[in-house]
Amino acid sequence: MSPVTLPRTQRQAKAARGPYGRVGQVIEELDDRLGVAKAGRTFLDKIFPDHWSFMLGEIALYSFVALMVTGVFLTLYYVPSSTTLIYHGAYTPLDGQRVSEAYASTVNLSFSVRAGLLMRQMHHWAADVFLGAIVIHMARVFFTGAFRKPRELNWTIGLTLLILSLSNGFIGYSLPDDLISGTGIRILFSIVLSIPLVGSYVAFFLFGGSYPGTWIIPRLFIIHVLILPLIIIGLLGAHLFLLVRQKHTQFPGGGRTEDNVVGSPMYPTFMAKTTGYLFMVTAALVVLGGVAQINPIWQFGQYQPDKISYAVQPDWYMGWLDGALRIMPSWEFTAFGHTIPFVIFLPAVVFPGLIFTLCYAWPAIERRFTGDNEIHHLLDRPRDRPKRTAAGAAVIGLLFILLGASATDVLANFFQVSLNEVLWTFRILVIVVPIVVGVFTWRICLEMQGGGADIGKRKRAVVMTRSATGEYTTSETAPHSDDQREELEPIPVPVHIDLESSDTGDGSGVRTVSR
Amino acid sequence: MSDLTEHGPMAESDAPIPVANIDDPHLREAVADPHRAERSIALCLFLGIVGVAVFGAAYWQNWKPWTLGLSFGAGLFFIGFGMSAWGKYLMPQGPFSEARHALHSSRAERDAIAAALVERTGVVVRRRSMLLGLLGGGMGLLGIVSLFPVLRSLGPLPGTTLDKTNWRRGSLLVDSNGRAIHRDELQPGGLVTVFPAGYQNDPQSQAVDQVVLIRAQTTALVTEKGRGSWAPAGYVAYSKVCTHAGCPVGLYERELRLLVCPCHQSMFNIDDGAVPQFGPAPRPLPQLPLYIDGSGFLRAQAGFDQPIGPGFWERS
Repeated sequence: MSPVTLPRTQRQAKAARGPYGRVGQVIEELDDRLGVAKAGRTFLDKIFPDHWSFMLGEIALYSFVALMVTGVFLTLYYVPSSTTLIYHGAYTPLDGQRVSEAYASTVNLSFSVRAGLLMRQMHHWAADVFLGAIVIHMARVFFTGAFRKPRELNWTIGLTLLILSLSNGFIGYSLPDDLISGTGIRILFSIVLSIPLVGSYVAFFLFGGSYPGTWIIPRLFIIHVLILPLIIIGLLGAHLFLLVRQKHTQFPGGGRTEDNVVGSPMYPTFMAKTTGYLFMVTAALVVLGGVAQINPIWQFGQYQPDKISYAVQPDWYMGWLDGALRIMPSWEFTAFGHTIPFVIFLPAVVFPGLIFTLCYAWPAIERRFTGDNEIHHLLDRPRDRPKRTAAGAAVIGLLFILLGASATDVLANFFQVSLNEVLWTFRILVIVVPIVVGVFTWRICLEMQGGGADIGKRKRAVVMTRSATGEYTTSETAPHSDDQREELEPIPVPVHIDLESSDTGDGSGVRTVSR
Repeated sequence: MSDLTEHGPMAESDAPIPVANIDDPHLREAVADPHRAERSIALCLFLGIVGVAVFGAAYWQNWKPWTLGLSFGAGLFFIGFGMSAWGKYLMPQGPFSEARHALHSSRAERDAIAAALVERTGVVVRRRSMLLGLLGGGMGLLGIVSLFPVLRSLGPLPGTTLDKTNWRRGSLLVDSNGRAIHRDELQPGGLVTVFPAGYQNDPQSQAVDQVVLIRAQTTALVTEKGRGSWAPAGYVAYSKVCTHAGCPVGLYERELRLLVCPCHQSMFNIDDGAVPQFGPAPRPLPQLPLYIDGSGFLRAQAGFDQPIGPGFWERS
C-alpha cells in the first residue's frame, strides 16, 4: 500500500462512521433492531441521590451478590443428606465419629477444599450483613417516610424480601446438621406443632413424618438454594424496577423538589462509585470470612436428638423470636380434649405475625391517621414526624430487648445472677423499654424541630473575641468549600460536552436536545 | 384522590379514544348460534369440573397413577378447551388492529446516547490514563486470580492418573464376585469380565480396571508380533474400555471373533490384537499380558503398556 492512499482510506472509513466513530456505529445497528437509543440514554442519565443513607440498600444488594457467588461455590461440595457415615477426613478430632453426610461434607468443604473455609465463612457473614443491611435500609425508608404514596407497593415488596431472607437465613444455617442448627430445627418443629387445628399436619408434611426423619435436610436444601432464591431474585428485580420507574426519593434543600431528582448520573459517576462500593462490600465480607471465625460446626459436633450444648443462640436476626420464646409465661390451654400451647404459639407465630402485619399495614395506617393521600418524593426528616418516629423507635426498642432476652442464660452466667432475676428483668423491660423509648423519641423530635434552615450544610465555627476593653464580639468563619459547591444550581445532564474548547460562549456550557 | 392534573398529563397521545356501540358488528360473537356454543362450552367446563373432582377422589383414595393422569388430564383439557372455545366463539372477533410504531429512536436521540458514551467517557479519562491503566490491570488480574477458587478447588490435578490402572505384575485375575480364574475355567470361545483381585467391588477401580478375558480356539494365539507369551493356553485379555468414547466393550460376536462396543458400534478383532475392524475407534484395545501361576490360576505379567480408554491431550 502506498503512503498516499493509506491515510485517505482511513479518513474515508472514519468519515463513514460518523462523528461518534465505532460507538456511534454500534448504537446505529442496535437501535435499528431494538430501538434502545432513547431508553439507553435515559438510563445513562438516571440520577442517583448522593445522600449517604441511600447506600444501605446497596449494601444489601451487594451482600446478596456475594451470597449467590459463595453459595454456588458451596453447592459444589455440600451433600444434603441425613445418611450417616463414619467420619474420616481432614479434621482429625472427629475421626471415627458417626456423622451425617450433610455435616461431614460441610466439615470437609471447610478443611479439604481450597478456599472452602473462606467461602463458607463469607457466605455466613454475607447472610448476617445482608439481613442487617435490609433492616437498616428499611429503618431509613420508614423514618424518612419514603414508603408513602406512590411507593407503598415497593415497601410491601421490600418487607416480603426481608421475611423471605430471614427465612432463608434460618434454613441456610440449619443445613450443616450441627448440634446448634439441629436444635433450631427441633424448635422449628415444635413451633409448627403449636399451631391450633393444623399444626401437627403441617409439621408432618414439612418434615415428611415425625421429627427428625431424613427428609428435612434435603427439603430445606432445595428451598434454600432454589425456591426461595428464585422468589427473592424475582422480587429484587421488581424492587429495583419500581425504583427506576418511580425514581428515587430525596431530602429537600439544595434545589431538590418534588419535580426533580438531584444527584449523580448513572454514567459515569454513579457507575464508578457503586461498582467501587460493590468491591468494598465484598472486601468487608472477604476480610470477615478470612479472619473472623463464624459458626465453627466442628466445635459444636454432629447433631444428635439426645444431645444439647450450653448457650444455644440463633443468628442475630432470629434472636428476637428466641427471646420472645424465653420470656413468655408458661401458658398452655387445654379444653375439650385439645391443647393450645400458647407458650409457643403466641411468641413464635402470633407475635411475628403481628409485627409483620403492622409493617405491611403501616402505609395504610399512616394514611388513615394523617388523611394524606398526596404523592411524595421529598423525604421527611424524622424529627418532623414525631409520632411516626416514636412508633418506629418503640418497635425497634422492643425487638432489641427481645434480642437481648435471647441471651438470658449467658447474661445470668456472666453476671453471676439468678436466671429468674434476668428473666423477670426482661419481662419488665419488654413492656417498659418500648414505652420509654417511644416517649423519649417523641420528646426529642419535638425539641429538635424548629431549626433546619441550614440543612445539608456544615456547622460553621463561631469565633469569639475579647477586645482590650473587655468587649466580646463574635464573627462566623468562612463557609466550608464543600458548602459553597452545593450552591450550584442542579442542571440536567449535558448531552454534548465540548472536549476541545473550555468556553462555549453562552456561559452555561449546556445545550439541550429535546427528548 | 389526588388532583391528577397537578402531576402532568395522564394521556400522552393525542389520538382520539376509540368508542364503539355495543351493536357494532366488530363486537359480535363469531358463531351464528351463540346459545348452542354457550351450551357446548358449559358442558366442557362441567366435564372439567368432573375430571378435577375425580382426580381429587383418586388422589384421596390413592388410586393407580393412570387414573390420576387420565382424570387430571381430562379435567385440565376440558377447562382449557372451554376457555379457548369461549374466546374463539363468543368473544368480540373484530377484526381489530394495533398500530406498529417504528422501533428506532430519532437521529437526535441516537446522537445523544453516542455523545453521552463518547464525550462523557472523554471527560472521565482525559488526563487519567494512569488511573485507567491501573484499573484495567487490577480488573484483569482480579479476573485471573478469581478463577482459582472456582477451578482449582474443584478437584485434584490429573497428573499421571489417566495413565494408570491397578493392574500390576502378578495381579490375580478375578471375576466380579472375587473368584480367581483357573486355567480350566473357560471353554474355547468362552468369555468373562475380570478385575485385579481386591479391586472388583470399587466403582472407581472398575471403571479403569475392567478387562475382558476370552479363551481363543487355539492354544498358541499370538495376537501381534512380540506378544508371543501374552496369551497362555489361548487366554487373551483386553481392556474392556473402548478407545473411542470409553463405553464398556460389552458385546461379543463369538463366531466372528469380534468385540463390539454397543455405544457407537466399534468392532475389535480378538485374534488380531483387538485392532478396530469397523467404527470410530481410533486405536486397538490395550492387551493385558497374562501367565498361569503354579496353582493354575491366571495372573497378569505386568500392567498395560499404554493408557487405556479414549484419547486425551497428555496421552503419549
